[in-house]
Amino acid sequence: MKRRRKEKMHKRINVIFCALVYTFLFLPISVIVVNSMNATTSKPYLAWKGFTLDWYVKLWDNTALLEAFGNTMIIAIVSTILATIIGTLGAVGMYKYKFKGKGIIDGLLYIPVVIPEIVLGISLLTIFARVDIPRGMLTLILAHVTFCVPYVIFNVRARLAGYDSSIEEASLDLGANRIVTFFEITLPVLAPGISGGALLAFTLSIDDVIISYFVNGQTMTYPLKVMESIKSGVAPDVNALSTIILIGTILFVILTQGNLFKKAK
Amino acid sequence: MRKKHSKHEWKSNTLPSIVMVGPVTLLLLFLVVAPLIFVAVMSFCRTDQYYNVVYQFSVENYIKLFNADYVKIYGQSIIIALLTTIICILVGYPFAYIIARTKSKRKQLLYMLVIIPFWTNSLIRIYGWRSLLGTNGWINTVLQFLHLTDGPLDLLYKQGTTVLGMVYCLIPFMILPLYTAIEKLDGSLLEASSDLGAKPVSTFLEVILPLTSSGIFSGSIMVFIPCLGYFFVSNILGGGNSDVIGNLIERQFKSGNNWPLGAALSIILIIVTLILVKIYQKMGGDMESLGV
Repeated sequence: MKRRRKEKMHKRINVIFCALVYTFLFLPISVIVVNSMNATTSKPYLAWKGFTLDWYVKLWDNTALLEAFGNTMIIAIVSTILATIIGTLGAVGMYKYKFKGKGIIDGLLYIPVVIPEIVLGISLLTIFARVDIPRGMLTLILAHVTFCVPYVIFNVRARLAGYDSSIEEASLDLGANRIVTFFEITLPVLAPGISGGALLAFTLSIDDVIISYFVNGQTMTYPLKVMESIKSGVAPDVNALSTIILIGTILFVILTQGNLFKKAK
Repeated sequence: MRKKHSKHEWKSNTLPSIVMVGPVTLLLLFLVVAPLIFVAVMSFCRTDQYYNVVYQFSVENYIKLFNADYVKIYGQSIIIALLTTIICILVGYPFAYIIARTKSKRKQLLYMLVIIPFWTNSLIRIYGWRSLLGTNGWINTVLQFLHLTDGPLDLLYKQGTTVLGMVYCLIPFMILPLYTAIEKLDGSLLEASSDLGAKPVSTFLEVILPLTSSGIFSGSIMVFIPCLGYFFVSNILGGGNSDVIGNLIERQFKSGNNWPLGAALSIILIIVTLILVKIYQKMGGDMESLGV
């Protein structure tokens, strides 16, 4: 009897503790959502002046913000595609073939992952400046591909760990050439790892502040626009766009992994 | 015969291996190795009076690194990173434990709820903390409404505020590896331990903790190192009172315009990273678990 009561109390403490952690994680997000519906028009846009949805309409007149968001999407899509192709090929190649310097490549992959982002950012900036590549869209994409590729490789590699290469041999024995085998046999098996890596690359790219901050030149991205607006106070339309993005991502997750909200496997 | 076979194999594998591994090799060489070497070279250069980089050997930047103001910030960065790491372990461990071992059907949802906040831009969330903690922010309003304090508390622009922001940004990197490590725990081991009469405390210290320590190590690396560089957190929440090494580097590359000095400061971060990763490997840490 006593033991059961003790267990119940334990459980209650656990629930309260988890609720507190989730509150901590979601509190700033609720600030964003609430401030996106604040009728205030004076900087720093913090005093509550009543409820309005105007910002969700006015947002579409803020061309600078929309352009920055468009750039972010272009950079994220292009660098995700490039990183996924380079990463998938690399992971499969390193898994299948033995060659000199493989260990070195493997070690180098961890550099973008563990090194502080600011070091990667300034090192790319110095080299771009040295070889005179104009800073902008191109350098942003190159930088994003650089920090995304290792994550794609790790994801694909995790999938390769349980990969049975005899099915590839079977395909070759049956007369398919290497390229057909790669697309028809290898890729479908690795698909979950590839899509996991691509999703991670996309989210990393969209949210990147530090590295973009050094290599952007005059090109603005959405996070950099937020950084700029922080000095004078983040305007409600920026909050409105962030709210839309948040709802968009949650919907995306529900649609793609709907079973998540039903039951655990 | 055998030799011939292997030669044939080598030839037929060269082209596909170049096609597959070539792009990633070029990427790493030109966009990771070359830039880092160039930073090292630049750290030994100096600037002329117009802030242009002069490629002439000098150790002047490395002497400047010992400037008392800088040394103070190195110490401050390490304290901030250490506090952040400790808080992330103390909060993240029990939290990861509870959600990893829950029997609830909504376990997967609980896990996703840790990740979802991080799909909102990190700057705007940190700014959210600034408005929460301000004198007219929600937290002060609630505290005064409940008559817990008379006037608004001064919560912003302290070292503690920066630590809070760092914890907020980095805690998922602690929770996720811990979750993976704890989920792998074999429940029967814990039962065996308690059946054999071990108290919960000793089961934890002698069974659970050693089996999940890999998660703590990799989480700590993924929290401590970025902390030293996250200049935007201290910019937004610290108000110049709790700079980290990242702030020093950012200033040299933006407003200060002394790239060689910024490069020398970056070398400090590279060396700290190398040392910590070496220690991590010495303790049996697996590089692979730093990736995801």
